[in-house]
Amino acid sequence: MNEKDRKDGFQPRQWLVEPDFVVERDPEKCIQCQVCVRQCANDVHRYDEDDETVSSDSSPCVGCHRCASLCPTGAISIKRSELDFRPHGNWTAAALRNVYKQAETGGILLAGMGNDQGLPVYWDRLLLNASQVTNPSIDPLREPMETLTHLGRKPDRLRLLERDGGVALATRIEPQLELQVPVMFSAMSYGSISYHASMALARAASEAGTYANTGEGGLHRDIRPFGDNMIVQVASGRFGVDSEYLNSAAAVEIKIGQGAKPGIGGHLPGEKVDGAVSETRMIPEGTDALSPAPHHDIYSIEDLRQLIYSIKEATLYEKPVSVKIAAVHNVAAIASGCVRAGADIVAIDGCRGGTGAAPTMIRNNVGIPIEFALAAVDSRLREEGIRNQASVIAAGGFRCSADVVKAIALGADAVYLGTVALVAMGCHMCQKCYTGKCNWGIATQDPYLTRRLNPDMATRRLVNLLRAWKLEIKEMMGGMGINAIESLRGNREHLRGVGLTDRELRILDVKAAGE
Amino acid sequence: MKRIVAREEYCVGCRLCEIHCLVQHSKSKKIIKAFREERDSVLPRLRVEESGCVSFALQCRHCEQASCIEACMTGAMHRAPETGAVLCDTDRCVGCWMCIMVCPLGAIRRGPDSHVASKCDLCIGEDYPVCVANCPNEAIALREEDEVNA
Repeated sequence: MNEKDRKDGFQPRQWLVEPDFVVERDPEKCIQCQVCVRQCANDVHRYDEDDETVSSDSSPCVGCHRCASLCPTGAISIKRSELDFRPHGNWTAAALRNVYKQAETGGILLAGMGNDQGLPVYWDRLLLNASQVTNPSIDPLREPMETLTHLGRKPDRLRLLERDGGVALATRIEPQLELQVPVMFSAMSYGSISYHASMALARAASEAGTYANTGEGGLHRDIRPFGDNMIVQVASGRFGVDSEYLNSAAAVEIKIGQGAKPGIGGHLPGEKVDGAVSETRMIPEGTDALSPAPHHDIYSIEDLRQLIYSIKEATLYEKPVSVKIAAVHNVAAIASGCVRAGADIVAIDGCRGGTGAAPTMIRNNVGIPIEFALAAVDSRLREEGIRNQASVIAAGGFRCSADVVKAIALGADAVYLGTVALVAMGCHMCQKCYTGKCNWGIATQDPYLTRRLNPDMATRRLVNLLRAWKLEIKEMMGGMGINAIESLRGNREHLRGVGLTDRELRILDVKAAGE
Repeated sequence: MKRIVAREEYCVGCRLCEIHCLVQHSKSKKIIKAFREERDSVLPRLRVEESGCVSFALQCRHCEQASCIEACMTGAMHRAPETGAVLCDTDRCVGCWMCIMVCPLGAIRRGPDSHVASKCDLCIGEDYPVCVANCPNEAIALREEDEVNA
């Protein structure tokens, strides 16, 4: 191979890159119906017309299970490649495979979804309390249980006036978001996910009485009617931002960082910028949508304040303004700065947060877990006496309702759900969002694939998820003898740590189990 | 009566509807047996039409004014009084294919092994037609007439 051949467009085979998965087809069950052939966007399955047989080539398989899920006879199974390397504590198979990939391509390694390195999940090391004997638990099926949550700046004190023999509130209450359940859908842009996926998130948020977030993708015309349940994002690329955009939503969020890739911008490849995406993002069709790493007009807390107040001016001080930051080493001080800059809500995205595309090294190695970030921010804002000035949203890899309850006990006002919402819509976590070939029709703009996500079904599944979580949250609250989520907020007495060091317990400000 | 509606915007072209239709109309009603041993004697009663990324399942719409019933010279093509479905009485069908000629949708085909017409029967005995029940993306729906027209 010389350079001339390369210029001719010859693509050398990547001999060093081995398949990640093995696709096995049970010949006794396969009926050659070709459903797998029609459903695989990676061309794993082929039909040979001469032999009238279906066969599989494992090498492009990403392990998304689309074929196995739809196979009417259950003939397909997908397993991790059994090609074992000689075990090595340092040179794991994953490390070797990454080197092989880079040696063949010369590129930055890319990854989708959140950190997959198996970092400790501290939610699993925190346990919830329950009532016994002295403080009766509450049965949520028999007694009212409040999960209503308000996000936004709360007044320092309330001033009441006596009027006409009654009492009236004299303090101006800043605009608030009202959530029926303390979770929202986190920022996922139209462009990174499909129109149907965006629509389903908006519809589900509206049905469940919570909010979805546009991400940096603009607000599609068809989703504007759901504006009352949308948070619109202003990120470093400022895609899709105009006055109408800001005013069509319930709140505006300034995105400074993202948990999966703190310190890094975004890049939506031009192939994904079709007519509708281009219109919504307000950029020419087919051009790459590049979000710079920083906002080029924000280099200090004072600059951030300017943008926050510009947005407040533009929205007539009728909407809360949120600032989303990634959980990084100094997150508590940064969050404090954001609150002092005028943010009504601070969203903190931990290092297990998802993404459509991030450099693998960044995704796997930058940021800190949301548990510590949340505890540190909540403690710091309390110490400074400004906790009431902003609501805190925790984000980044929340998997179940228990994680949510623990986050609220640790100090969050609400939780952003991203990955779990995609999973509820059918995502199988193959982590190949950045290829645009999502076989489940979620993270793609390919018209052959986007139709695979029926927004009616996706909405139903999202609403089901929120309904189920709400029931579970009420059960857990009831068990603790708490009948309003407000009483749980920042109530770290209801948490106990297991398997944590003294220092970790101190940062989390949680007692050890048994204490 | 309830009608089958194709939602072409959500059809993914997997053809599971064809597969389940074939199984439903096979003798054994067992998927592996139907494909292995009865493949030559049974056909799906619906077909997925495809052009580019757009596809949809096409089966008899059980028209109110059914040309096939009007055209049938033996009276084999008839409307089931209880369900309103348009069915073919295979004992009376003589295979003249007039129904195939007049069907505006092309939803009737020649039967696989006998000289009679083969068409959708809305899966007699099932709560839902199997194509509706087994569509992974709910791209085939069964709806009341007034919902269809709405």
